[in-house]
Amino acid sequence: MKKLLERHIEWLRPFFQPGGKLQWLYPLHEANETFLLTPAEVTHGAPHVRDQIDLKRVMIMVVLALIPATLFGIYNAGYQFNLANVVEGADFWDHVIKGLWLCLPIILVSYAVGGFWEVLFALIRKHPVSEGFLVTGLLFPLTLPPTQPLWQVAMGVTFGTVIGKEIFGGTGFNVLNPALTARAFLYFAYPVSISGDVWVPLVKGGPIAEGFSGATPLGIGAAASVGTESFVDTLSNAGYTLKTLFFGLHPGSIGETSMVAILIGLVILMISGIASWRIILSGLLGLTFASTIFQHFAGGPNLKVLAELPFYYQAMIGSFAFGLVFMATDPVSATATNPGKWVYGFLIGALIVAIRVSNPAYPEATMLVILFMNIMAPLIDHIVLQAHIKRRNRHVHA
Amino acid sequence: MATSIKKVIVDPLSENNPITVQILGICSSLAVTTQVDTAFAMSVGLTLVTAFSNLVISAMRNFIPSKIRIIIELAVVSTLVIVTDQILRAYFFELSRQMSVFVGLIITNCIVMGRLEAFALQNPPGISFLDGIGNGLGYSAILMTVGSIREILGKGSWGGIVLMPQSYMDHGLNGLMVLAPGAFLCLGLIIWIQRTLIKKYETD
Repeated sequence: MKKLLERHIEWLRPFFQPGGKLQWLYPLHEANETFLLTPAEVTHGAPHVRDQIDLKRVMIMVVLALIPATLFGIYNAGYQFNLANVVEGADFWDHVIKGLWLCLPIILVSYAVGGFWEVLFALIRKHPVSEGFLVTGLLFPLTLPPTQPLWQVAMGVTFGTVIGKEIFGGTGFNVLNPALTARAFLYFAYPVSISGDVWVPLVKGGPIAEGFSGATPLGIGAAASVGTESFVDTLSNAGYTLKTLFFGLHPGSIGETSMVAILIGLVILMISGIASWRIILSGLLGLTFASTIFQHFAGGPNLKVLAELPFYYQAMIGSFAFGLVFMATDPVSATATNPGKWVYGFLIGALIVAIRVSNPAYPEATMLVILFMNIMAPLIDHIVLQAHIKRRNRHVHA
Repeated sequence: MATSIKKVIVDPLSENNPITVQILGICSSLAVTTQVDTAFAMSVGLTLVTAFSNLVISAMRNFIPSKIRIIIELAVVSTLVIVTDQILRAYFFELSRQMSVFVGLIITNCIVMGRLEAFALQNPPGISFLDGIGNGLGYSAILMTVGSIREILGKGSWGGIVLMPQSYMDHGLNGLMVLAPGAFLCLGLIIWIQRTLIKKYETD
């Protein structure tokens, strides 16, 4: 098999090399070759780092880590559809097929349009095609509801790739996480399609299951007022207990619902050393800290009923877990220094809770908080470095 | 003067565009470009004000004491701006209502003062008038482009003519394009593309 691939690549090479007919398509050939084989080409100048892992392997590991969330999201989308629209006798495979029918077009459009821009810029700028878009192209659909119109997906991923990444110079130079930039575009451009009761597709005029509301835990929290029963009871009456929240068979964005799938992803990212454990841990700490404080003030003025939730609920509702594991740890847009990572993660966790419980306009804040901290990351790194320099300077002058 | 007529008119359209290269007049280009007709009215207004204030100041240039030239320039520009505003109110009331204070704010537009200071004070009236027209057209070109993009994407129409299918509008207006960030994004993209094409880079 390897022989065959090598022969294939060797046969193709002359077409793309300088003087060949397809010279201008060289980045495509390069991408093809490095996907299939390990090329013999090495960095032209010193220093040389010998490592098993490069940008391509990093990106592929993230895609692998996303697969459980993707598969579960597909199943869940079909399951929610069949449940809400009272499809009689639907079994496991019916859910899967329905879910594929709902989610696959979104993922394919995201990959096709995102890939188009990536390749276009690679050809114009004559740099290799970057695998960054494999991650962005999958992360972005996972943050969307299964009902998102496809043309909006195309617009969003265009915005995310071009404005979020390419204008800064491509993969590795982006200030913002491209997938979240894409989602933020849709959030502000078409708020009706991405917030409110959009999480489960309903057949027009068809029967709707009794008691079906399609509301997410955060949606319930935004609508409910402070009453006699505790909010935890309100949630469990609506079918959200710790157990159901953990397994994640409930409405939401495609990839965000299941803690199981996200934890599998987290383990993969941890073992391969791609995600920073500092950001994850400090994110959880920040969330715990903020939700404990807000619990004390629960029922107070200007606080939503969500403030009553203990931290383990806060961690499992909404997109906190998904955002923290897959978005906040993006090595390009996060802080680079170790102390900076602690601050960055902590503020992400704390701010998400603060906005959730106190801002009436936003039921969920993960996307905006992570984008905000992306922008703050260089500042945090700057402060860390300045403090370090100051400390070292003392030794010089002493 | 060696400045040729062609250069005076053509240069501001691309190579020396007041908005995309000199980054002047940004405020109004963000404010009035939600739709094409306000952008058009603003373009015409600013072009005429720039051209005629250039003409007047250039004709007076040898009599203006340089210490108080700014006040004299302002007096001329504000007269012209008020005339423009009154004409809009008299004949295009609806349009002038949509543009609210931004017609009056032409007086603060850096392009007008910039051309007076940089060109009209040193050149004879005829060529100064053309310089005003040229810069006004450069401004108009960008304004109309941004206005078209924002109206087509934001409201699905161009100059009030519906272009996009109904299904596009079912999801509400494109909030990002209707609000000011849309203008920033369009302007940024235009600047990016234009500077790549004319190969103008700012380096420190």
